[in-house]
Amino acid sequence: MKFADFVCFNTLVGRLKAKDRNGAITELVNALSEGGQFASDQNKRIAKAVIKRENEASTGMGKGVALPHVKDAAVKDVVATIGQSSVGIDFSALDKQPVYSVILIISPTDNPDKHLQVMENIFKHLQNEKFRSFLRQAQTAEQIKDLLREADEKVFF
Amino acid sequence: MERIVSETEVEIKNADGLHMRPAMQFVDVANKFDCAITVSNESNEVDGKSIMQMSMLAATCGTKLKIKADGSDAQEAISALQELVEERMFDEPPPKQKKRKIENKET
Repeated sequence: MKFADFVCFNTLVGRLKAKDRNGAITELVNALSEGGQFASDQNKRIAKAVIKRENEASTGMGKGVALPHVKDAAVKDVVATIGQSSVGIDFSALDKQPVYSVILIISPTDNPDKHLQVMENIFKHLQNEKFRSFLRQAQTAEQIKDLLREADEKVFF
Repeated sequence: MERIVSETEVEIKNADGLHMRPAMQFVDVANKFDCAITVSNESNEVDGKSIMQMSMLAATCGTKLKIKADGSDAQEAISALQELVEERMFDEPPPKQKKRKIENKET
């Protein structure tokens, strides 16, 4: 599993306009639909579902990264995008620290195994200090894309 | 203090596997115990008390994991974790039974 297999590179957000959790989620859902992953009339419903899931338990796993996600029939395959915040967003993260990278993942309802493989790939890279530090520094969509491509080519391992 | 090492193998039985919520439940239970807890699949061994590491296992339904506990309360930890994974199935449903194909239509 590679980032290129599920991250929609044309939807990456180098600088999130939103300053809060719900705003960031909405902005990234909109980015995915603008990138052609689902129709824009689905945006509100999907953002609401992601926020509902987030309210049940925070996906702020610590180290400045949150992974809001939801299963939705609007997608046929797992799709994801990443948004960067320069100010830091409160996600009620496990370590109580602000979040600088928001990774939004929308998974189809009928493929739980693929969802797990995507998570495995993301967490594997998040374990790597170099990857985390480069991710934190990325401020444009292009920089995020380059980082993910390099990670796919195992530059960090 | 007495050192006890306890080990077991569990099978993931809920349909969605060890995704983030079950992984958090696992880590929550694991952290109630003093013993060190490691969890391994065929290729990785991770800290059973770390959510980031547990999420790396990508344990799908049907995956078998080895849980190892090392410390005075190792046996209690193993039985609590085994119950969570196999009996409570993380409070999630098992896979839906596949509908039996209706064959042998003729007769």
